[in-house]
Amino acid sequence: TPVKGPDGNFRLPPKIFDSMDRTKVGLKGPLATPIGKGHQSLNLALRKAFNLYANVRPCKSIEGYKTPYNDVDLVTIRENTEGEYSGIEHVIVDGVVQSIKKITEEASMRVAEYAFAYARDNNRDTVTAVHKANIMKMTDGLFLKCCRHVAEQNKDIKFKEMYLDTVCLNMVQDPTQFDVLVMPNLYGDILSDLCAGLIGGLGVTPSGNIGQDGAIFESVHGTAPDIAGEDKANPTALLLSAVMMLRYMGLSPYAQRIEMACFDVIREGRVLTGDLGGSSKCSEFTEEICRKVRESE
Amino acid sequence: MHTSRVAASSSIIQHKKYSTEPHFSKYGGRTTVTALSGDGVGPELLSYVQEIFRYAGVPVDFEELEINGSTTDEETLCSALLSVQRNGIALKGNIESKFDEPGFKSMNVELRTQLELFASIVWCKSIPGVYTRHQGLDIILIRENTEGEYSNLEYQIVPGCIENLKIITEAKSTKIAKYAFEFAKTHGRKKVTAIHKANIMKLGDGLFLESCRKVASQYPDIEFNDMIVDNASMQMVSKPQQFDVLVMPNLYGNILSNITAGLVGGYGVVSGMNIGDDYAVFEMGTRSSGRSLKGKNIANPTGMLLASCDMLDYIGCNKHAELIRDSVMKVMSVDKVQTPDLGGQATTLEVIQAIIEDIKPKTTSWSTTAAQNVSIDAFLFNFKVTIVNSTLESCMRRPIEMAKRWQTFKE
Repeated sequence: TPVKGPDGNFRLPPKIFDSMDRTKVGLKGPLATPIGKGHQSLNLALRKAFNLYANVRPCKSIEGYKTPYNDVDLVTIRENTEGEYSGIEHVIVDGVVQSIKKITEEASMRVAEYAFAYARDNNRDTVTAVHKANIMKMTDGLFLKCCRHVAEQNKDIKFKEMYLDTVCLNMVQDPTQFDVLVMPNLYGDILSDLCAGLIGGLGVTPSGNIGQDGAIFESVHGTAPDIAGEDKANPTALLLSAVMMLRYMGLSPYAQRIEMACFDVIREGRVLTGDLGGSSKCSEFTEEICRKVRESE
Repeated sequence: MHTSRVAASSSIIQHKKYSTEPHFSKYGGRTTVTALSGDGVGPELLSYVQEIFRYAGVPVDFEELEINGSTTDEETLCSALLSVQRNGIALKGNIESKFDEPGFKSMNVELRTQLELFASIVWCKSIPGVYTRHQGLDIILIRENTEGEYSNLEYQIVPGCIENLKIITEAKSTKIAKYAFEFAKTHGRKKVTAIHKANIMKLGDGLFLESCRKVASQYPDIEFNDMIVDNASMQMVSKPQQFDVLVMPNLYGNILSNITAGLVGGYGVVSGMNIGDDYAVFEMGTRSSGRSLKGKNIANPTGMLLASCDMLDYIGCNKHAELIRDSVMKVMSVDKVQTPDLGGQATTLEVIQAIIEDIKPKTTSWSTTAAQNVSIDAFLFNFKVTIVNSTLESCMRRPIEMAKRWQTFKE
């Protein structure tokens, strides 16, 4: 939660910095941001503070949770620190506002290199750069140039570039044609949520923010104040994010067991929370997953 | 289904009352429309439109202008602008953007900003006979068309660091919001949703949202809510039936229009219109040039044909618009002559032939009173102009066709 600093601005509590310095890995629940006014987004502040430059969201169709889209298996990698979310805005005159979108070569190269490294480490064969360089020639042009440069150095992985609107159009018609997508901040935000919608929503989508010195894994759904404390929430998103975290930390066998247990429970469909179509409580769902994990030993 | 598109036409006519009366170039009962060829499949689709207009006896002549990714000089742009300003109305293919070239400027954006086409409207409606994952959709997307992220203001601060200015003004946000609410009111729509990202861009999108809210207070009968763009994208693919009319700034409009177009069948079935106070330009809803489909005879001509019908409604040729639209819809939904993008096997030409075959009996049975309304001069003028404009092949066909029509005219 935000704390008010000595200058009156809301900021992150200082304890976070000490803790992250020690552990280098974090697991985070949802944080609310006021709309149109109030303090800056703390989610953004976290990413800037720890230099978490890449947001990774794997979207895979979950067996047992039916959506109109089948066989979705893609990963969205989004530049996490700049772009449209630089937070730089000015009122020029009354009634005219400018927001600044900043793209730097350094950040674009970083995220492009991460995207190709991720593709290689996870046996993915295509990386697609998503951009709008026909409209924003210099900014997205720079991003695209960096992606092309990194692609040259990673010839074993196929590289494609596609306009944002074409990706959106094709995504809702045939999401199976996409593999790894890399893009600047805003497009990444929208597309990653779009892909989450294809597999069932934010309640089942994991997400990780990777930085040079550490990583924070988080669930990306809202804070849902209306069901807080009522044992109704769906823990799948946070659980799968934790699984991603274990893999990042090199604890893959544990990650595998927990992930299998979670998918098994959803596939069986006996014990499900409200948003997945069942009527069980959060604790019951969790207990069932724990049981499966114990059984698999 | 087609009745609501007729309702769309009445809104376009209503628009004339809502803003300053647009002018058209009309000689001898025939309107001249600018046809901007564009790239990819644009030129071939425009030629099919003209072909079908001939068969349907539409009193429209096209002033054809070749403007595409290779002709990006000032002169071509100027003559395109002058032509649209003269005629008041245009039908357009999408112009490819060769953004890697130095000095590149998007012609599509230039046309829209110079002609002050402040509103882009894409109407996405589920089509019977076209397989989609979601059914029962009827969503109108109204997008601010001239500012926002498309302001084309970019600069390099230091090497390796570039900034782009996204401009939001109260004036344009209010204008588009007012247009959206008027549109909703004319069509009896119940809800307008503003799409924004004001949690991150507090000042910019905050201003847009505030402007929408102010306009909403003047329309108490229409429900107004707002949604953040990423949530809206997610909701659009999981529960799209909740949306009615959407109003949004430029970039989010681009994204959501394409998502929604994909939900109702893709690039081939959605038409778009760009409306300004003085001019209107009609094009395909997804603004795709279809580079990869050029010359392969598999592009779906429906989107461009529906756009041309919207254009006919706009200029008041409602009968012709309804005639062509009915045929297009019948061929697609009932006869199921569909191109590969809809899962069918037909070629573009087969679809066009099917539409023409459907139109023919309807036009030859038109009453003589309709024919009498056309003066002889106009008839001969039409004959001369179409001879000049058509290809050799059509010339061979024309004398017989013209003879038949002259026969009907005389009776």
